[in-house]
Amino acid sequence: MSEHDLLGKKVSRRQLIQGAAAGATLAATGPFIISARGEEPVKIGLDNPLTGTYAAVGKNEMIGCELAVEQINAKGGILGRQVQLLSEDSTSGDAGTCVQKARKLIDRDGVKFLLGNVNSALSLAMADVAYEKGVLHVVTGGHTDAVTGKTCHYNVFRICNTTQMEANAVAPSLIKQGGKKWYYITPDYAFGHTLQSGLEAACTRLGGQKIGGDLTPLGTTDFSSYLIKAQAAKPDVIVFLVQGDDMVNALKQAVQFGLDKRFHLAGAQQELEPLEGLPPEARIGTWVFEWYWNQPGVPGVKEFVDAIKKKTGRVPTARTWFGFASGWTCALAANGAKSLETVKMAKFLQDFKLPPEVACMPDAPYFRKGQNQLIPNLFVGHAQAKGSAPDDLFKVTTVVKGAEAAGTLEETGCKMTWPA
Amino acid sequence: MTALRGRTSTIAVWIVLLSMPLWMGALGGYTELASRVVVLGLAAMALNFLLGFTGVLSFGHAAYFGLGAYGVGMTIKYLQPSTPLGILVGVVTGTLAAAVIGALIAKRRGVYFAMVTIAFGQVFYFIAFRWNSVTGGDDGLNNWRRQAIDFGIAKLDITNDVTFYYFALIVFALSAAAMGLLIKSPFGRTLIAIRENERRARFLGIPVEQHIWLSFVISCFFVSLAGTLFALLSNFTDPRALRWDQSGNFVIMAVLGGMRSFWGPLIGAAIFVVLQDYVSSHTENWMSFIGLFFMAVVLFFPRGILGIVKRRLAS
Amino acid sequence: MTQLILFNVFNGLIVGAFYALMALGLSLILNLSGVINFAHGGFLALGAYIAYTLMPYTGFWGALLVAPVLTAALGLVVERLLIRPLYGRDPLYSLLLTFGLAYVLEDVARAIWGAQSVPYPIPASLTTPLSTEYFFLTGYRLFMVALVAAAVAGLFFILNRTRLGMRIRAGTLDLETVSVLGVNVRILRNLNFGLGIYLAGLAGVLAAGMLGLQPTIGTSLIMPSFVAIIVGGLGSLPGTLLGGLLIGVASGITTVFFPSATEAVMYVMMGLVLLIRPRGLLGEEGRIQ
Repeated sequence: MSEHDLLGKKVSRRQLIQGAAAGATLAATGPFIISARGEEPVKIGLDNPLTGTYAAVGKNEMIGCELAVEQINAKGGILGRQVQLLSEDSTSGDAGTCVQKARKLIDRDGVKFLLGNVNSALSLAMADVAYEKGVLHVVTGGHTDAVTGKTCHYNVFRICNTTQMEANAVAPSLIKQGGKKWYYITPDYAFGHTLQSGLEAACTRLGGQKIGGDLTPLGTTDFSSYLIKAQAAKPDVIVFLVQGDDMVNALKQAVQFGLDKRFHLAGAQQELEPLEGLPPEARIGTWVFEWYWNQPGVPGVKEFVDAIKKKTGRVPTARTWFGFASGWTCALAANGAKSLETVKMAKFLQDFKLPPEVACMPDAPYFRKGQNQLIPNLFVGHAQAKGSAPDDLFKVTTVVKGAEAAGTLEETGCKMTWPA
Repeated sequence: MTALRGRTSTIAVWIVLLSMPLWMGALGGYTELASRVVVLGLAAMALNFLLGFTGVLSFGHAAYFGLGAYGVGMTIKYLQPSTPLGILVGVVTGTLAAAVIGALIAKRRGVYFAMVTIAFGQVFYFIAFRWNSVTGGDDGLNNWRRQAIDFGIAKLDITNDVTFYYFALIVFALSAAAMGLLIKSPFGRTLIAIRENERRARFLGIPVEQHIWLSFVISCFFVSLAGTLFALLSNFTDPRALRWDQSGNFVIMAVLGGMRSFWGPLIGAAIFVVLQDYVSSHTENWMSFIGLFFMAVVLFFPRGILGIVKRRLAS
Repeated sequence: MTQLILFNVFNGLIVGAFYALMALGLSLILNLSGVINFAHGGFLALGAYIAYTLMPYTGFWGALLVAPVLTAALGLVVERLLIRPLYGRDPLYSLLLTFGLAYVLEDVARAIWGAQSVPYPIPASLTTPLSTEYFFLTGYRLFMVALVAAAVAGLFFILNRTRLGMRIRAGTLDLETVSVLGVNVRILRNLNFGLGIYLAGLAGVLAAGMLGLQPTIGTSLIMPSFVAIIVGGLGSLPGTLLGGLLIGVASGITTVFFPSATEAVMYVMMGLVLLIRPRGLLGEEGRIQ
């Protein structure tokens, strides 16, 4: 192989290497010089995506968490000590990195709490690590049922809903607004599968039926062939279960095809982030939100929305609230149990109700005993091109009580065991 | 002189590797990071067997890495909770796949070979991604853990992080020794001859395609072994282990450390893993840094770190 | 059933045309310079984002005209500064360089425009379907096909009727001789790269109208481009065009019968081609061995 002759640059390259080596050594040792003065802060580790497909929602969760930590410190911290938030990029899908960061946060940084992940799979991987190391883990935004279901652990709590809860909350509206014959467009991974089976069960209970469906690979950009099949089946409702960018693509194309004029377009989980990415004419459909910012008259909401607006210039999304509630859960658990021991904190959180300034919803959410799943309100409604404010892209029509949407404890399959 | 220098460097490398738990914490590292360096270093060295010593560029090695990872994970999860069996299954799967695919593509060279390896790599990624029920799809293969190894007379509890590090180190040592012996052997010399001038090697009567195929299979054998260790390290694997950007990482590690030297890829892996770990903790824009780093290496340090060191020592 | 298949064939051609556009740019660069441009998706994204930024000032049509040109200009700079030093070397290095560049482009896009999807409005004149029967033939998709056809025609015109094109074609066959004949090969490669990037930028602007615009928009489109090139045959532009269309149609038809295999089918096609006719459908024997 011939090589470009760089002899002329030899000297400067050597200097470059030396400089780089010196700089790297300095940088590597720098932040690890731990100052032992004063009280050691209590550390919370957030292992969430900041790059890749989930970057936007991951970042919002982080912002909510940061606000929580600021507020906690202003109110005296955890057990009198200041709280420090350590944030790591888990990437949007590389479990190796996510697990590595989780172990780094626990082993090297000594965090007392582990938070994350947006990605369901990564949440499960992190939960395994947290369980192995005995650290309190609050899952912010991973929805797969298993986290507080088949593979539940005593030290793993979840803020966001299970897919079962979302399905149960939105199904009645879909029947009422759309009709009884449903066609599913489902993302082909665990979240999609469980969301679809949850919806099918709820649909059948209400007298509806599934007339067809397609599993679409994650990251599908072109939904045209699936939409062609969907409209050929002549359903009442086309149910879009895809999320994030897939949702944006699917809805955009569906509206371009004029399908919104012939069928009712709807789905289950929807979020502000994809709605913001859609052109106004595609902001349609019946959905369920896990939290929405426009709740006039509900205590705690205005303060939270204003604080986030001050911080970022935008309204908080459900993701922001997930991060916020997760951060506060850590402080409330420790301060309530008067200890940083995982088992004591976990026991304290059983059936624990979040206070209004953290809950920001009409009914007080609580962590269901024996499952560690937060039972909040769910907000069913329809998307709108614009509302009272440029950010008001969703009109809430029904606020569902979580307890009604959640199944029984037996149905979740969670059998929790506590350490001796 | 060269032999003494070679031996000194080997001894230095091993002293550093063996004493890791002593100095890792002080530098702000953690055991899992060191294990990752060893495992990815093995992968990079395996790739370099093909790339640096045979002169053939494969950009799809992550496929066999991933097959090893899924092999061990699926064995422990579905078949039998036995780490040695898992590793065996993983390695056999990866190597067999490499044997088949290698035979298909051994006639191609250069850019075309690279593209085809990418494409085949993607096929395996795709299978892992879509065969949800078995591989867990995008959610990955979870809910299994590496098992302590029972030797009959004693048990090696590799569930402990530090013990696992030494276990990985032993596997790495054996692999490195094997690869080193192969390279020094007549077979290895033939590979280097092919790298230097393929046409001349052919005129000398060397069956070039067979050698390249064999080199490919050997390289993938060790990379799938690295894959099994990788999955055991995280107690998890998912399709990203198979994707072309993972392949790209291996190539970069080999180039960064120095393709022409034996230990180069290990050094490259160490720098890459530590750098990525460090940078991603401190900035959201770590992708830009890593990307710029890649480009700087390619443009200014194509011979890699060890290439520079050798040149300086020679001059 | 036949209607479903027919619909999917038509639709597949539309989708395939888009894949072909992307693959053609990649193929151009690969054929002349031997560079696998991993950053192609990044340039696609950049083209889309530049159009998004220009839209308030120039409107949709202005952005469509200007954004690919600006992207191509950036491509010229990148080629001159980053890729040119690597030509004499092993193709490995340019591959790694574009790999790193892809990372940088994605991150820069995220840093400037945010990770959040941004809405990209298309003019109302294009949004309506032409008939309820053939609802998937929206104005926008037909416009896209027309544009791709125009771009392909333009490309073939440049290649076959202009001096530059002739030199590119000659250079693809034997660069050394072309250089000996007195052609400035450096500028030739530079312009060729720019042309390829222009196509990427154009594909980006078109994609933004169909898909959600976020920093990773280009990365999912790179693989179909590779497959299109392999299926069509390395070194053959008509082959790449054919490859792209075939992938689109095959995916569409597969959706009818095996919906979960929609993506797999392109890899199956690639596998078949490599086994039965390794040089690709329209590739020449011994073109790039």
